[in-house]
Amino acid sequence: MSSAAAAAKSADSAPALLSVEGLSVAFDGDHGPVRVVDDVSFTVAPGETVAIVGESGSGKSVTSLSLMRLVDYAGGRIVGGRIRFKGRDGRERDLATPSAEALTDMRGNDIAMVFQEPMTSLNPVFTIGDQIAEAVMLHQGLDRKAARAEALRMLEKVRIPEPARLLDRHPHQLSGGMRQRVMIAMALSCKPSLLIADEPTTALDVTIQAQILRLIRLLQDEMGMGVIFITHDMGVVAEVADRVVVMWRGRKVEEGSVERIFQAPQHPYTKALLSAVPKLGALRGQDLPVRFPLLVVDDAKSEAAPPAPPPVQDTVRAADAPLLEVRDLTTRFDVRKGIFGSLKARVHAVEKVSFAVRPGETLALVGESGCGKSTTGRTIMGLQSASSGSIRFDGLDTATLDSNGQAKLKEKIQYIFQDPFASLNPRMTVGFSVAEPMLVHDYVPASKPGVSRRRAIEERVAELLTQVGLRPEHARRYPHEFSGGQRQRICIARAIACDPKLIIADEAVAALDVSIQAQIVNLLMELQAKRGLSYLFISHDMAVVERVSHRVAVMYLGQIVELGPRRAVFENPQHAYTRRLMAAVPVADPSRRTRDLRLLTGEIPSPIRSLGDEPSVQPLVPVGEDHFVARHAVGGDF
Amino acid sequence: MLKYLVGRLAGILPVLLVISVFVFGFVHLLPGDPARLVAGPDATQQDVELVRQDLGLDQPLWVQYGRFLGNAVQGEFGRSMKSKRPVSQEIGERFMPTLYLTVVAMVWATLAGLLIGVASATKRGRWQDHVGMVVAVSGIAFPSFWLGLLMIDLFSVKLGWLPTSGYGTWQHYVMPSLTLGLGVAAVMARFTRSAFIEIAREDYVRTARAKGVPARLVVWKHTLRNALIPIITMVGLQFGFLLGGSIVVETVFSWPGLGRLLVDSVNYRDYTVIQAEILLFSLEFIIINLLVDVLYALANPEIRYS
Repeated sequence: MSSAAAAAKSADSAPALLSVEGLSVAFDGDHGPVRVVDDVSFTVAPGETVAIVGESGSGKSVTSLSLMRLVDYAGGRIVGGRIRFKGRDGRERDLATPSAEALTDMRGNDIAMVFQEPMTSLNPVFTIGDQIAEAVMLHQGLDRKAARAEALRMLEKVRIPEPARLLDRHPHQLSGGMRQRVMIAMALSCKPSLLIADEPTTALDVTIQAQILRLIRLLQDEMGMGVIFITHDMGVVAEVADRVVVMWRGRKVEEGSVERIFQAPQHPYTKALLSAVPKLGALRGQDLPVRFPLLVVDDAKSEAAPPAPPPVQDTVRAADAPLLEVRDLTTRFDVRKGIFGSLKARVHAVEKVSFAVRPGETLALVGESGCGKSTTGRTIMGLQSASSGSIRFDGLDTATLDSNGQAKLKEKIQYIFQDPFASLNPRMTVGFSVAEPMLVHDYVPASKPGVSRRRAIEERVAELLTQVGLRPEHARRYPHEFSGGQRQRICIARAIACDPKLIIADEAVAALDVSIQAQIVNLLMELQAKRGLSYLFISHDMAVVERVSHRVAVMYLGQIVELGPRRAVFENPQHAYTRRLMAAVPVADPSRRTRDLRLLTGEIPSPIRSLGDEPSVQPLVPVGEDHFVARHAVGGDF
Repeated sequence: MLKYLVGRLAGILPVLLVISVFVFGFVHLLPGDPARLVAGPDATQQDVELVRQDLGLDQPLWVQYGRFLGNAVQGEFGRSMKSKRPVSQEIGERFMPTLYLTVVAMVWATLAGLLIGVASATKRGRWQDHVGMVVAVSGIAFPSFWLGLLMIDLFSVKLGWLPTSGYGTWQHYVMPSLTLGLGVAAVMARFTRSAFIEIAREDYVRTARAKGVPARLVVWKHTLRNALIPIITMVGLQFGFLLGGSIVVETVFSWPGLGRLLVDSVNYRDYTVIQAEILLFSLEFIIINLLVDVLYALANPEIRYS
């Protein structure tokens, strides 16, 4: 039975709102049309939430854009299949056949969509009120005044504080979370029967994500609409979905109820994907970090190999002196305004932060955007100068170093950045990028006698590439020939080229697909075991942090609010903010879904303070062995 | 918004002061003796000294600058060395024809450029785009004096519809403004097209489509409003250049504008006129810049509130 016929059969048994049958979408490539969605079928019933999951290149976003025929404007076209949709008028239509323009009445009216990037999805030149009212005026024929009143009602519905004031504001005056609420208000303003949400929370902080997910579920219950949730995040899937469609390389590889997919995945790809998903609480009861038990799938036919028992990461040399000691580190930025650039305010990015990293240890700095975790890393690296406080590395105070000592310091502390696409020079070969730190620091790799330095460096590059899972001949290629995960491997090879002692990994896996992310995490841990490296692992992702770190420091508004062994912080969080952060993380396990539908509100406060308004910083007090917490109200209100 | 405007206006003063120093210094930096220049080649040493005293050139520099600044504020720039008429009068007569011609040329060129640019961008890669861009490239490449001469030959000599040259009725404006605006229209078309294509890729344009905004409004409301922001800068720059007067167009059509005055004054080394012209051109650019900033703030709320 073809998948189209199968879908048609299931559509007969339940009255479907949307029934996609054998959908194929092609884009024009250099060598003729490329099918990015191939024979995909699924249905959505009224009130049901269907999650379409997959990694980059799986075709999930193209599928979602095809349903409203927005894909036509992005250069794609539907080359096969049907999209049967039952509108509010009870009439069934095939959305795959008419011209894209003919569907204008349908869009935003019967079907609405929320996109990934709240920062760029609202038109910067129109007010919030006008943008919501526009859809209402178009589809419901209301006049300007009535449409504005309706916009106000919608803003109340998405729980925006002081909605009346917001109507005349412009998007740039709102935070990402607020903008996403406005997007949802706009999408739901005409009471659609189907909402398509394309990665609606991916760009948001985890506590804001929790708010938006609950909001969507609440409004879905109120309005009884079907929801298609496009996401790469299995945690979000477990949290919201009734049914799951798994996509891989343009095809649907598996479909089933959310419980079935998580408990008994059938397809090798689904199994591999689930093995790579970091699950908060996966290391409960474990003291040390453990690598991901990874399954690898190369194509649909090959069965995944059974995982080897993952090694425990017992690398900390606790008896040795700390490698890095940060004491009362404070970094502030001046905010200057006006023609004379007078000092108006300060960004208190980092406030009196103290911690130590031992040899062979991974310390995670976790927190949400604006909490100062990246600035801390940049200050240690010397990319940013500290306002006060001291940084000791390998027993030396970095402030007292001469330029020679500074250079040596930069050799022994290396950085891995978030974006593997932007952090490699596109015009340099991979080999050159990896070799460059050695050239800059006059590093002479160990080699047999009689080998020239040039030859020694070449051999070293080949060795490094092999160590990070690439091949020596890759040295001659350019970055654009590699995938995101491979590029991050190159960045890691570059970081370890000069045998550093400490690597600062700033959201080093955040931009990668989950399966790649797990591989890179495992690689970092493997290198730590082999070379005794220390990591300062800066991340917003609690589940990944649980995997890699020996100790965890939770940051909020520039301060460390809790610091301790990973197990203690995760299993016995003491600070209110830590607890809130943990509670907000969607867990990739549908049986642990939050049934609590209470709405969460609140914004992440700004670290910008006016002059003279110093934040209060409380000392960390011990609450357990090596476990400290700040006893103050910062971020403490639940 | 008002605060923004006041801030902008306050920012102009130092710029004007720097320019005035430069313009004042210009005459003194030139080789040769200004008094000798004014007195003429046949004057005796005594005549030259008289002129020097008469013009105040024997005073210390800062006194001279103070007087120059005081006079300039009142629009007083002395007399033209060539015609002996007051410079303010000389320039005043030439300024209005140039301003009128520039405004007419800019209005049609901007509108035409916008239309062609938007049409090309929305029909990207299709024949409308190719035709639009061929026209635009020709407009940039085609020498304006040649176009002017061709038009005179066709419309004035052969058909007798329009006057060949001069200044006065609306008919006089047709050919000079077409000639002057052609290059601007072409540049505008290309610029609008690329600005428009860039904005059309933005997420919020997709949002507009997703909420069912008809194609016409997606183009003219959601996309163009945002594309206008860079276009405004472009229009301002072009306007400033044209306000300096076009030497070629004014020569071909015997238009009594600033461009020809500038050529004449440079040929004659009529320094008092050149001085006033430099000051005028700078002032024009400053005012246009201010207008651009105000329009910018109107078009872009992010600037308005910061």
